Amino acid sequence: MKVLLRNPRRELELKGPLRVHRLLEQLEINRESVLVVRGDTLVTGDALLEDDDLVEVRPVISGGSA
Amino acid sequence: MKCRRCREPAVIELRRHNAGFCRECFLHHTREQVRKAVDDFDMLAPGDRVLVAVSGGKDSLALWDILLDLGYAVDGLYLGLGIGEYSGESGGYARAFATRRNARLIEIDIPVEFGFDIPTGAKAAKRAPCSACGLSKRHLFNQAAVEGGYDVVATGHNLDDEAAVLFGNTLRWNVDFLSRQRPVLPAESGFVKKVKPLVRLGEREMAAYCVLTGIDYIVEECPMAVGNKHLGYKEALNAIEEHSPGAKAAFYFEFLDKAAHRFEPAAVGDAEVELRPCASCGAPTSGDVCAFCKLVVRATS
Repeated sequence: MKVLLRNPRRELELKGPLRVHRLLEQLEINRESVLVVRGDTLVTGDALLEDDDLVEVRPVISGGSA
Repeated sequence: MKCRRCREPAVIELRRHNAGFCRECFLHHTREQVRKAVDDFDMLAPGDRVLVAVSGGKDSLALWDILLDLGYAVDGLYLGLGIGEYSGESGGYARAFATRRNARLIEIDIPVEFGFDIPTGAKAAKRAPCSACGLSKRHLFNQAAVEGGYDVVATGHNLDDEAAVLFGNTLRWNVDFLSRQRPVLPAESGFVKKVKPLVRLGEREMAAYCVLTGIDYIVEECPMAVGNKHLGYKEALNAIEEHSPGAKAAFYFEFLDKAAHRFEPAAVGDAEVELRPCASCGAPTSGDVCAFCKLVVRATS
């Protein structure tokens, strides 16, 4: 599967099938700080990602303190 | 995972609520959380004219969308900060949203109107960029609301923002800031009422709202904010939240419930600060010239 990451923007190629929570563990990403988008919708941690999926790990934290 | 309300497949899990939601039930949940915040804290009254501070990011666009859906009369105000491509792109998202909802977007471009941009202005004034940006936003949003006859300024600060600010202020026991950390700041002479209707929602929920409603927003972080303390506090709180879901909400709401009143000026023995009109722009200030007018002078001289 193709995995798009942001900040900085980059792409990874990973083997499926893989559960979303395992993907985040492998990438060492806190699940509270991202959404996982498959195609055009969100998926939960127990969703199974397949080889031909296009997946975006989208950070949700934004930063100004004003 | 199944939706807690309707048992259809869930698209998002909210561990703080020990629940998953499908798209429709999640959107319902989000609107209800805003409605509850508005009601619980007396944020908005029927007929209020509301000005939303719009950045082109997920929080402010989602807030604008939800308040329109809840039937409020809401215009947006976008400030051009002059932060290179980031400002150009974020302004584009704000304009696209206004067109999509047929809503009114007011724009103020700081470089055009005041002759400086945030990065160089902050440097000239020897301020951190986020500090110069925040100061400019607070001043210009209030000024635009006063001049436009708005009753309320609404900002997209969410639970993560408020918990992170509280965390930072608590680490330093910043009593002055703790006394003002409320979801509603009432109107007072020269200041329009300010409200934060997203305080019951985390930023993950706001991003999910935008994805699920098709609202395009700027995903990339502001280049000025990268590595700032506020982001560090959010990371620290999320590390706690991962092991203890609900910790952020408890930290913030228990503060409001049990501790905030202890930091009010009367409670700590401070006299209320007397305000007078700024000699340059007329905005309320504790000195002769307000902090924004001082910033403009330093940034442009």
